[in-house]
Amino acid sequence: MNARDDFRPLDDTDRRIIQATQAGLPLTPRPYHAVAEQLGVAAAEVMQRMQRMLDLGVIRRIGAVPNHYALGYRANGMTVWDVADARIDELGERIGQLPFVTHCYQRPRHLPDWPYNLFAMVHGRTREEVEAKATLIAEALGTASRARDILYSTRILKKTGLRIGA
Amino acid sequence: MDGAVMDGPGLDALERALVNTLQDGFPICERPYAEVAARVGSDEATVIARVESLLARGLLSRFGPMYHAAQMGGALSLAAMEIPPADFERVTEIVNRQPEVAHNYARSHRLNMWFVLATETPAAQQDTIARIERESGYPVYNMPKIREYFVELKLHV
Repeated sequence: MNARDDFRPLDDTDRRIIQATQAGLPLTPRPYHAVAEQLGVAAAEVMQRMQRMLDLGVIRRIGAVPNHYALGYRANGMTVWDVADARIDELGERIGQLPFVTHCYQRPRHLPDWPYNLFAMVHGRTREEVEAKATLIAEALGTASRARDILYSTRILKKTGLRIGA
Repeated sequence: MDGAVMDGPGLDALERALVNTLQDGFPICERPYAEVAARVGSDEATVIARVESLLARGLLSRFGPMYHAAQMGGALSLAAMEIPPADFERVTEIVNRQPEVAHNYARSHRLNMWFVLATETPAAQQDTIARIERESGYPVYNMPKIREYFVELKLHV
């Protein structure tokens, strides 16, 4: 693969690899070979293309997603913060580095109903644990945080994986 | 229930090691499970069987490549609605019926319904939002990410 290859957009073969693996990787000794066989592509090519997608960020990572709830982390708190736009990137980077924050985003406000622009997802075994972690976030933000809230999930209404169409 | 939570979900030492190490990444090579086995001091067949078991028991929700929707040309957003309790089930049905809605959670807030929209294009995202607003009669607060901050993705079990 040469450098120019890095700028090549995703092609049909890449999309077929995505479709074949987005539900999961085969649980067989040679999983990439299994995908290759299914698609009629050489195994080396599947691995090379997946490595390229990983390098490009099309694949965030390959690995396992733990089910926090099943693993005993029953309290899932979406902590939301109103911080100054001028400082949000610096603060977002800082909050994302806290070991208990699993997602951290800047999102748009919807004034006056929704003043929060920084979202940090926190999982804990109990709400008390989530609140203790939110306090650590508040300390990390200091006076930059003007308002905050924690939204707990009370019910999963729908959960399917993300899919791209055929 | 509290006891069960404190005692953990019944993982043995190998399973703990797998849950921890597999969050770090899975190699791209001919025998990746064998490589992971070497890392955790086990063998290929056992690692495959345990990953299968962790998935079957729901302790892992996924295993494989995580694709970045936006990088594939798709659009991903988080959206919220304020639904009166008496109308909650009807609106849940409308929202969940949309194939573009990947996750939907009830949350403890005035904005009490939060869902993730995954579409092929930003235009399709707008279409889905318009359809939900029309069918439900309530506004949708669309909150697509402006920036994502790097996180240490690791749950230690």
